[in-house]
Amino acid sequence: MEQQTVKRPSEGRRVITKKPELLAPAGNLEKLKIAVHYGADAVFIGGRDFGLRSNADNFSIEEMAEGVQFADKYGAHIYVTTNIFAHNENMDGLEDYLKDLEKVGVTGIIVADPLIIETCKRVAPKLEVHLSTQQSLSNWQAVKFWKEEGLDRVVLAREVGLGEMLEMKANVDIEIETFIHGAMCISYSGRCVLSNHMTARDSNRGGCCQSCRWDYFLYEEDGANEQKTGEKALFDTDDAPFAMSPKDLNLIEAIPKLVEAGIDSLKVEGRMKSIHYVATVVSVYRKVIDAYCEDPDNFKIDNEWLKELAKCANRPTAPAFFENTPGHEEQMFRNHSQKTTFDFAGLVLDYDEETEIVTLQQRNHFRPGDQIEFFGPEITNFTQKVEKIWDEDGEELDAARHPLQIVKFKVDKPVKPNNMMRKEQLT
Amino acid sequence: MKKPELLVTPTSVEDIAPLIDVGATAVIIGEEKYALRLAGDFSRKEVEEATTIAHEKGAKVYVAMNALFHNETLPLLPDYIQFLDRTGVDAIVFGDPAVLMNVREHAPKMKLHWNTETTATNWYTANYWGRKGAARAVLARELNMDSIIEIKEEAEVEIEVQVHGMTCMFQSKRMLVGNYMAFQGKDLEVQGRSKDRSLILHDPERDAKYPIWEDENGTHIMSPKDMCIIDELDEMLDAGIDSFKIDGILKDFDYIKKMTALYRQAIDLYTEDPEVYNRKKDELLDEVKSVQPANRDLDTGFFFKETVY
Repeated sequence: MEQQTVKRPSEGRRVITKKPELLAPAGNLEKLKIAVHYGADAVFIGGRDFGLRSNADNFSIEEMAEGVQFADKYGAHIYVTTNIFAHNENMDGLEDYLKDLEKVGVTGIIVADPLIIETCKRVAPKLEVHLSTQQSLSNWQAVKFWKEEGLDRVVLAREVGLGEMLEMKANVDIEIETFIHGAMCISYSGRCVLSNHMTARDSNRGGCCQSCRWDYFLYEEDGANEQKTGEKALFDTDDAPFAMSPKDLNLIEAIPKLVEAGIDSLKVEGRMKSIHYVATVVSVYRKVIDAYCEDPDNFKIDNEWLKELAKCANRPTAPAFFENTPGHEEQMFRNHSQKTTFDFAGLVLDYDEETEIVTLQQRNHFRPGDQIEFFGPEITNFTQKVEKIWDEDGEELDAARHPLQIVKFKVDKPVKPNNMMRKEQLT
Repeated sequence: MKKPELLVTPTSVEDIAPLIDVGATAVIIGEEKYALRLAGDFSRKEVEEATTIAHEKGAKVYVAMNALFHNETLPLLPDYIQFLDRTGVDAIVFGDPAVLMNVREHAPKMKLHWNTETTATNWYTANYWGRKGAARAVLARELNMDSIIEIKEEAEVEIEVQVHGMTCMFQSKRMLVGNYMAFQGKDLEVQGRSKDRSLILHDPERDAKYPIWEDENGTHIMSPKDMCIIDELDEMLDAGIDSFKIDGILKDFDYIKKMTALYRQAIDLYTEDPEVYNRKKDELLDEVKSVQPANRDLDTGFFFKETVY
């Protein structure tokens, strides 16, 4: 399939003819706007019903309409996750909901249950229908089945590697979307009911409480069938507990291969993540995809991109199934409570060129003397020390300590609205 | 009143005749390469033997091909499906649409049962798979009794419900036990890991123990209790559920045989006279308890439990 996406004109330079979509998560309207502003080609969001993150803020129909209007200005698409496996009672309200989605102009829905696929085709035929990763789509014949069912796009199982993607592309003419970054189910998606058993929360209807991330202890039992129980611990007291929590996915170094494979959409996980996370990850992948597509022959991974991604990482990362079935190096890590190394400290509202003073909405504690960093789609990252800070009325502050407080201080270089300020955590 | 099929899980060919003798009317078998979480692994020769025995005794044989397939296994599917067709098995159990596509092409008369374990949760989708070619839907274990009855009322396909045994909570393609041991530098202890090792995960928060093992299909984690509703069968019998399944995975033959006989008795009692069943059902439950392994408590699964989300 390389011919389709990469051409070699006579002078020998390779030209990328198809750029993949960069698809970002957004848990609410603010995150949607940030994702689009920072370079996402498309954003996936959840509504109040039928989606899988019942703990996220999620969007009302009115908010979706506003999101669509905003995205339109950038030529970006909005997809709505409606990927529960419905129970009988969930059928109520489905038709009206899908009609509303069509009316507000979202591009498509991400679906797992044939009930919702067929209902959508019947009542809201203008919506694209994308098969959710909840179907754990793992082979090209299953891809072909869903193509024949009229789906516009399939999201692959997280267990599918590059070689398998190439075979799918070679055998079936359908758009393929795959995850490139973020936290992942360690089970086949849709086939895990740990939450149901442990907390009576239905994982396949949005109630997942991430039981796989908890600690367990591994034993060997004697005679499971007899009426006795002897147990031997398969760990030492100083060993890590048995954990199913995998490292997060990170395919930054695989972007060239994904582009050449003709994958249509590259997806970042994280509707529950902060605007700082979304902005950081989206802007890095935006740069990687653009740089590779601009000049594939001279492309190199910039070490700054890797460092930038690490600033918002919640866990160590690995390429998961991209090359092979992951061994312990791609899965296990010791410190499960590891947190990010940087805090999101402020969102730029305005900048005065004459006075070189930024107006900032505070998002975390900072004070004069702190070393901070600005980043954003229009600027090159820069760090500086904070000097005097004032509040809105010009009163000098010893620290910006109130959440969402509007503050001002002098910056070394120009910044733009919606640029972000972060601060390294003290260790 | 129509009696439901009593579907059980033999651990080997030798189990089949005695299980049918104590009341099973169908068995589910298969090969680990194509199937998930079977009580026993059956080679092609054993599938042939099992089919001969079961058919002589008037019982059905279903072969599980319910794994999630990756590209590399697809080339093997046509030959195996054609083999099952020649052997005359009564149905193939599938979850992955790839099996459906291959059966359409290579054995179009073969009956199909749709079983993804966790995703058969509403009647519309059961009927959807019926329109695609399935004759039966195997319902998710996470449904309550009211949902099951409603699905049966609306279903255009046969409905199978598990009534006894453990259920799968989790399947990963990753080798989680092996990875854990390798991470601790104890690779050698992983040798011979399998269902026979009786590995369990202890959940200190809930003081629950979950069986865990690895095989060709990855890592499987099972429910901490065995569901048993031998004393709560009346609604589903009245509704005409088509098949009751006893899952005997990780249990020995004697246990599976005993459960088969007890559920046979329960079904027969109710269909002859519900009053008698109501009088005797507590005794039946006591009999189950009397052979239940000490480390496996009984519960009623999700039949009477509401889940939130």
